[in-house]
Amino acid sequence: MSRIGVFVCHCGENIGRTVDAARVARELSTLPGVAHSEDYKYMCSDPGQALIKNAIAEKKLTGVVVAACSPHMHEKTFRRACSSAGLNPFLCEMANIREHCSWIHGERERATDKAVDLTRFIVEKVKRNVPLETIRIPVERRALVIGGGIAGIQAALDIADGGREVVLVEKEPSIGGHMSQLSETFPTLDCSQCILTPRMVEVYQHPRIKLLAYSEVDEVSGYIGNFTVKIRRKARSVDENLCNGCGACQKVCIVKKVASEFDAGLGKRTAIYVPFPQAVPNIPVIDRANCAHFKAKAKGLKKDACGKCKEECARGAVDFEQVDTFVTMKVGAIVVATGYQLYSIGKEQPATLKGYGEYGYGTIPDVIDGLQFERLASASGPTGGKILRPSDGKEPKRVVFLQCIGSRDPEKGIEYCSKICCMYVAKHTMLYRHKVHDGEATVFYMDIRAGGKGYEEFVRRAIEEDGARYVRGRVARLVRDGDVVKVYGFDTLSGEPMVIDADLVVLATAMRPQPGIEALAQKLSVSYDGHGFINEAHPKLRPVETNTAGVYIAGACQAPRDIPDAVAMASAAASKILGLFSQEMLEREPTVAKVDAALCAGCFHCERVCPYGAVERREIRDRKGNLLKVVAEVNGGVCQGCGTCQATCPSKAVELQGFTDEQIFAQINALAI
Amino acid sequence: MKLGYYPGCSLHATGREYGESTVATLRALEVELREIDDWSCCGATSAHATNHLLSVALPARNLALAEAQGLDEVLAPCAACFSRLATARHEIAADAALAQRVASVLDRPFTNHVAVRNVVDVLRASIPALKAKVMKPLAGMKVACYYGCLLLRPTEIAGFDDPEAPTSMEDVVRATGATPVGWNMRLECCGAALSLARTSSVVRLGRAIVEDARRAGADAIAVACPMCHSNLDFRQSAMTRRGEAEMPVVYLTELVGLALGIDPAELGLGRHFVSTSSLVARAAAPPPAPAPAKVPQQGAAKGVA
Repeated sequence: MSRIGVFVCHCGENIGRTVDAARVARELSTLPGVAHSEDYKYMCSDPGQALIKNAIAEKKLTGVVVAACSPHMHEKTFRRACSSAGLNPFLCEMANIREHCSWIHGERERATDKAVDLTRFIVEKVKRNVPLETIRIPVERRALVIGGGIAGIQAALDIADGGREVVLVEKEPSIGGHMSQLSETFPTLDCSQCILTPRMVEVYQHPRIKLLAYSEVDEVSGYIGNFTVKIRRKARSVDENLCNGCGACQKVCIVKKVASEFDAGLGKRTAIYVPFPQAVPNIPVIDRANCAHFKAKAKGLKKDACGKCKEECARGAVDFEQVDTFVTMKVGAIVVATGYQLYSIGKEQPATLKGYGEYGYGTIPDVIDGLQFERLASASGPTGGKILRPSDGKEPKRVVFLQCIGSRDPEKGIEYCSKICCMYVAKHTMLYRHKVHDGEATVFYMDIRAGGKGYEEFVRRAIEEDGARYVRGRVARLVRDGDVVKVYGFDTLSGEPMVIDADLVVLATAMRPQPGIEALAQKLSVSYDGHGFINEAHPKLRPVETNTAGVYIAGACQAPRDIPDAVAMASAAASKILGLFSQEMLEREPTVAKVDAALCAGCFHCERVCPYGAVERREIRDRKGNLLKVVAEVNGGVCQGCGTCQATCPSKAVELQGFTDEQIFAQINALAI
Repeated sequence: MKLGYYPGCSLHATGREYGESTVATLRALEVELREIDDWSCCGATSAHATNHLLSVALPARNLALAEAQGLDEVLAPCAACFSRLATARHEIAADAALAQRVASVLDRPFTNHVAVRNVVDVLRASIPALKAKVMKPLAGMKVACYYGCLLLRPTEIAGFDDPEAPTSMEDVVRATGATPVGWNMRLECCGAALSLARTSSVVRLGRAIVEDARRAGADAIAVACPMCHSNLDFRQSAMTRRGEAEMPVVYLTELVGLALGIDPAELGLGRHFVSTSSLVARAAAPPPAPAPAKVPQQGAAKGVA
């Protein structure tokens, strides 16, 4: 026979005003199996907890029900109290008579009746509770950071400085990400590379960071504290251990006109190349799609078409035969910091996006995007920091900037605000006016969103000190007319259509997640929104965690982010991971699903519905080793206790511990009486 | 393929050559056209500006006739007819109350299931057949494709191409062997509705279009709307300054017909104000010679066939 103790809380006036707590305690005391029942003003206070502890000792209680607030509030408190009195904490549960009753009802009599019911059915459940043990799992105290932009670099350095090992995977030949392409940064106009490159070198030299550039994550399995990742190291065609970065190979390369990704297509590079002079690691890679040697090979030519780089390399580092290799390693936590790409305004659009054919991007050479302008303004860019337009290399005297291209335009497929464009356009107008004193900078905007420290002041400075002309309105069409680009716009404040003959037009295009983010998210079992941005676990309270324990996010893979935001997220994720790594063993709630192997028919419906990939297959063999059957088994480290498998199982072989069918039906039956 | 054919008033009058070339070209492409018996006005001129019910009921009447004749699709080559028929169909489908009012004035069964198609859409869908049947490829001919306003808009009603960056006419032109030119004015207004009321505006707008096509190196402007055609062709003498060469303005169906080897007279190419003989000569004698001499005196062109 159960001996349940019921403790009814007044929560001051919160419950006591509408619920007669004393009557609840009185009525519950008559319930079969209830050995003790009392009410108290503040059950969560020390004297309140002492009441529970004493009752457990004196009455030898087998279960405790606290009728008070939401379990989110104080379940931990009361379970700890029970535990200290020697009762298994999972034999203690709460009946929520505050949020579910007193706060939402006014009539005292009926509210009290409801409180009795709410408490009664929890009592019926607790009668059937069994002691559960906290799951303890060992933690592999090494982190994987995916993406080597500013967010990934920051997260890697913070974790490594905190004393833990980090593996940083970057798919491009060099780390640095988009930040390395920027000229100067808002709102202080400090040089982007000057503040970034020291951090990149720090990553390279850090004893606890293993940098795997030109690599991608292929497979991920396991769970928090115990992930196994397989990383593809793409063939660089250059031996990283032999190369000393002298650059001789690039000087002799015969292919010189490949559009440079780093210069956003405005500059040229060779087929064997280092993306930019400050690249980390400073080791070239052969772009096999453009290399004369590999192109000839692909065509089936026997003779080596070109081997100049290989002949030139004094260290014998160039290796045409190199193939992709794989590294498998264990990590305890993962940071996703894959960043963004710019909305492609040309014709290659995913089906859901409509593009901006009317702006002639890709057909009018003097229509460029924001990153291209960054390269024009950058001292390391193709023009050496002079603002020269792509078509004829002349200095543009009239530059028009269009904001919200793609962003905030549900018609075209993206309804969100890209957050950074207002600021970088203001910056662009300043950079332009600082370099071209007699130039005119005009901005077409919808609204100016300059929330952030020093941001509004920065925009005002662009307008008032640097003379940028801001026109509120949209542009309908850009057409090439001789050597100018005609901008057909509309000033919505004056209600006048306007036509500007521009020398250069810069489109502030939307931020979108990197291509392939969905595939990565699926490998990691994390959810993403309709645009491909990875979802955080809670938009306010858990901004850098995902719905998969042990996987964290930083930077623009979650939503459009500027540099300060990305860095803050990265440091937040790093501190979460350092907290996780501060213990050797992880404690998990035991409210996870468990399969009864005797009942399991091996249909694996549970495996298909599990959103966390927690269901594994286990073979059952007899003593001679003959296979009897294959059953499902839930990995307690991965299971989040959602109960989907339990609802799905046709043979009722899966039960969520602490929420078994028996317990839930007992609750429902208690209400039916 | 069998299509209902709604010529509308233009194709029997000022845009006669559009009707002739549509019939001839589609026959050659093995598309059977069946003219709707007893068709009436689509309401493009004044009905849609004066009475909403009438503007929907007039096209509905024609669509109901098509239904009664067992047609599933109707071809409306005139961009204004196309717009009226498609808009009415769209409005009736979206608004049950309107559908009822239309039914009460129509006085005949109408289920609104006949699809409305445009000639550009039909030609684009026939590109494979067209490529196979081209007898006289228009190689070397540079064509400026002019879309105008009604062909593509509103998107949810016209819906066969991107209204801001369309490609359908260019695709068809490419299939004839000619080369579409990149130019700026292909979506601008020709001023059609003001042709009589404010001719000077039409001349100003039309001149900008013809000038841009000329600057882009086009040998001809291709259109798919009788209003665009009459504005750019009939009014071109007023747009042209002394010493400037005139720009032939042809229907897309005429170009396709030329490439298919149809007799220019059958395509109505002699009915234009700006002479099309340079194009006809080029189609007749491939491979292309260096730009043939053009500019016969305007005005003399009408009635060559």
